[in-house]
Amino acid sequence: MAYSVDFNLSPIMELELESLRGDDTAQDSMCQLIRVTGTGLESGSPKTLEMDVLTTESRDRLASQMSDVRERADERRLQRSEESMQTNLLVRNRWSAATLRVLSSMPSRSVGQQSRLEIISQCNIRSTQLRRYHRQTKDVSLSSRPSIRGYGIEADSEDVCEEETKRQELVNNLQSLSAGDRVRMLRAMPLSLAEKTKLRKLAFSDKVGQSILSSQVPCCSLLKRTLYHILFGCLFILSSLQLWQVALKRLGGRFGTGVLSYFLFIRTLLLFNVFLFLINGLFLVLPQAIHPPLHTPSSHRVTGLELFTGTGYLSNSLMFYGYYTNSTINTSCRPAEATTGTGCGTTSDPHMMAYNIPLAYFFTIGITFFITGIVLVYSMSKSFGRSFRVFKSQGNLAIKIFCSWDFKVSKKMSVRLQSENITTQLKELLSEVKGGEEKGRLSGMAVHLLAWSISLGSTFFCALGIHCFAKDMHLRRLEDAEGEVSLVHEARLLALPGVVSCGNLLLPGLFNLMSWMENFNSPIVCLYVSIFRNLLLKVSILGVLCYHWLGKIAAEPEQHGLQCWESFVGQELYRFLLVDFIFTVLNTVFGEFIWKLFAQGVLRRRRKPVFDIARNVLELIYGQTLTWLGVLFTPLLPAVQILKLLLLFHMKKSSLLVNSLVAFLPQSSLLVNCQAPRKPWRASQMSTLFISLLCFPSFLGATVSVTYTIWTIKPSSGCGPFRNLPFMFHSGKQWAQELKSTNPKLAWLNWVHSCLVENPLFLFLMGGVFLMVIYIHTQIVDGQRKIISLLQEQMENEGKDKKFLITRLQAIHEERQYPLSPSSRPQPQGSEV
Amino acid sequence: MGNKQTIFTDEQLDAYQDCTFFTRKEILRLHGRYHELAPHLVPMDYTNEPDVTIPLALIVSMPELNENPFRNRIVESFSEDGAGNLSFNDFVDMFSVLSETAPRELKAIYAFKIYDFNVDNFLCKEDLEKTLNKLTREELSPEEVTLVCEKAIEEADLDGDSKLSFADFENMITRAPDFLSTFHIRI
Repeated sequence: MAYSVDFNLSPIMELELESLRGDDTAQDSMCQLIRVTGTGLESGSPKTLEMDVLTTESRDRLASQMSDVRERADERRLQRSEESMQTNLLVRNRWSAATLRVLSSMPSRSVGQQSRLEIISQCNIRSTQLRRYHRQTKDVSLSSRPSIRGYGIEADSEDVCEEETKRQELVNNLQSLSAGDRVRMLRAMPLSLAEKTKLRKLAFSDKVGQSILSSQVPCCSLLKRTLYHILFGCLFILSSLQLWQVALKRLGGRFGTGVLSYFLFIRTLLLFNVFLFLINGLFLVLPQAIHPPLHTPSSHRVTGLELFTGTGYLSNSLMFYGYYTNSTINTSCRPAEATTGTGCGTTSDPHMMAYNIPLAYFFTIGITFFITGIVLVYSMSKSFGRSFRVFKSQGNLAIKIFCSWDFKVSKKMSVRLQSENITTQLKELLSEVKGGEEKGRLSGMAVHLLAWSISLGSTFFCALGIHCFAKDMHLRRLEDAEGEVSLVHEARLLALPGVVSCGNLLLPGLFNLMSWMENFNSPIVCLYVSIFRNLLLKVSILGVLCYHWLGKIAAEPEQHGLQCWESFVGQELYRFLLVDFIFTVLNTVFGEFIWKLFAQGVLRRRRKPVFDIARNVLELIYGQTLTWLGVLFTPLLPAVQILKLLLLFHMKKSSLLVNSLVAFLPQSSLLVNCQAPRKPWRASQMSTLFISLLCFPSFLGATVSVTYTIWTIKPSSGCGPFRNLPFMFHSGKQWAQELKSTNPKLAWLNWVHSCLVENPLFLFLMGGVFLMVIYIHTQIVDGQRKIISLLQEQMENEGKDKKFLITRLQAIHEERQYPLSPSSRPQPQGSEV
Repeated sequence: MGNKQTIFTDEQLDAYQDCTFFTRKEILRLHGRYHELAPHLVPMDYTNEPDVTIPLALIVSMPELNENPFRNRIVESFSEDGAGNLSFNDFVDMFSVLSETAPRELKAIYAFKIYDFNVDNFLCKEDLEKTLNKLTREELSPEEVTLVCEKAIEEADLDGDSKLSFADFENMITRAPDFLSTFHIRI
């Protein structure tokens, strides 16, 4: 075939020769050269491809012939042809230039050479699909900054025109999306910022017109301004929490994502408590504080102990349930005229604002729990979705290399620590991969059984002990109440919380010992076991206490000598919260010090004290459960919890930073107490676990007990806003009845109220719908998993297809090259590389 | 409402807010950080979009990047010229992609570019070896390094060309839920 080919043969020749010698690096450069020439003849139309193939084939022929001449010609050719039969056709350095040419123009290989045009068209496709509400396919390989990478693609005029049309198309697509979608698409595009601003200017140009129109309406602008002011005020509060951003960054930089997740969890809990406090404060505490009820002034000695026990002058304060009246406050009357039983003034005056305290109490608590529940479930589902692993984890080596480096860590020592961690993990994975047997560990069934029986037994005995001690304390208190109130008697109120906190501190240590003894093979199992045991301990303790409070004391308050059992339960919870905090402080400050002495003295190892993330988080959850349990009886308990969390944050932060200043030994590393220092902290799954633990045992338990209290327990008759009602929720019922009689127009509210609040069928229905939704979602995820495995199979098959095609291509090329070879055609089946 | 600032026009700030994962306040803060890297180079007034770049050496002196073994590659991947000179747009882009709210796909694209040392749009064995040496500060022996790289490529390479293309890399990322939290720099 006659064709005029003008190319500079010599450099190509040299490269070709080198490639035939089988030098890898030269072959790579030849690949590059071909790729360059390939892209120079952009977007191969079939004709040019053919031409190129022929050109390169001729080049090959020339090259091979020249090499024959250089070495001993015929023998070498024969040798090579034989070799070509025997050697693997998939061996890269045997590939002809034609094969390489075809390979280099395959779509999956032209990632970096995509011009801006192609990226924009890809984005185009995406925005069109988004417009049709389809899921975006992820088979697009995009890259950014297209014009810079070494090959210097010069867009010629044709390309520029096409690019402009594509860009216009993209802009049109963007304009047809909603504003939120537009912004989301813009943000996710991997183009440079300058490009994005250009696109944005074009796409958002229509929005300018709209805003001009709307500003012509004066009242709307006033509304907008007031809204902005309110929002700004709220944001200011939120942004002031950003003050912790500096501290969090320091912690993350020094200790990594794992420890950071603990502090982020504290921040989350703080937000929940702030919300509780604000709502309670606004709707409950403030009205009652402005119109305080009349109380007989009781003389109490003001000692400092009241702050800890909640008795004395605190018991008749806004803190506790007993302070709140069961009357309706009318805003027009002065506090002096208010009596406990009736509202002052006439209720017939329609312009007076009547504020019904019992109703406010009931609905405030109900609504805060409802909203907290929704927020918890939502954040839990989001967190779960983020950490869900659809693939089974097989082969972690590549993931470890690319995904385990925590970019947040910025301190030199922490970086060194991280490197060592990763090195150790890689060595371990390597040894596993090499097929080495795991060292025989002493984990027999007997050891496991022993450990479990000890843990469960200790939990059981702890709970039993608390139960007996509580009973004993009640009897003691009855005796004390008969006598006169003294300091010792008041201090004795702190005994039960103290015992419980001791149990909470010591038993987890025992559990750690058990898990050290058990020597788990998989560190994640060890972690989950430890969390489960700790959780069981706390659940059983709280269960016993709730039984005492709600089952014994609330049922027969007179037997326990109590006028106002709700206030008493509120005080108990207040005491528990405080004592728990005191013990945590003592443990943080002194416990690590003692551990250091112990480790140095007995174990003779200078190991740093360890920050046990799981245990600390469970303690936080325990404290939050107490708060939720107590908010019905002590509306200001969230304030106490807020203070506690603030102090805890700063204390833990300082203790961590101080401890890290201790001399750093190469062997030590940030361990979890599970004998497995090599497993990195799986931050995303742990945060999911924490939030689901917060939701399920903690919040659910609190809700159940609060609901039980409201529905089945008779409120005390001497104090509190529900004092003359048979049950607490009757306040709502009464109000609904009143509403029906006074304002028949709002009678439907009564019907709604009776349906929602009193009818259990509604709850069952809601529960049923909820479960169905969950079921549907799990089925969807299951289906997606199946599709993913099918697609993976398909990918493997495509890979096999590609190998087959390469071998065929190579075979054909060699056939053409050496048509006189006496040997039969080499087998087209590709064997593996 | 708010304080009057003369660094950017309102339109510019809106554009930044829509195209990155930062708010206006954060953009202004970023500009402050950018400025303090080279006060004599970076003007305080960006309303007319000056064409100023800061060299690589100054950018990697930031405390967030100072000790990161991949700092040079990170900065190079976001620079227009590939040599690590960042304009303010590139600077914002870099921290936007590395922020908490950037989606996984976007992060995967740039992570691939960062780990691709020889910029050939593949993660070949040499790239992996370099990555590994940077990760472990060369504590592994050369045989171990080779073995690890071979095994890693074997695991992740789906189409059988002994190199990791972007599709292979992205597929591997989806199996690592921690990627979003580790590929994150707080600024």
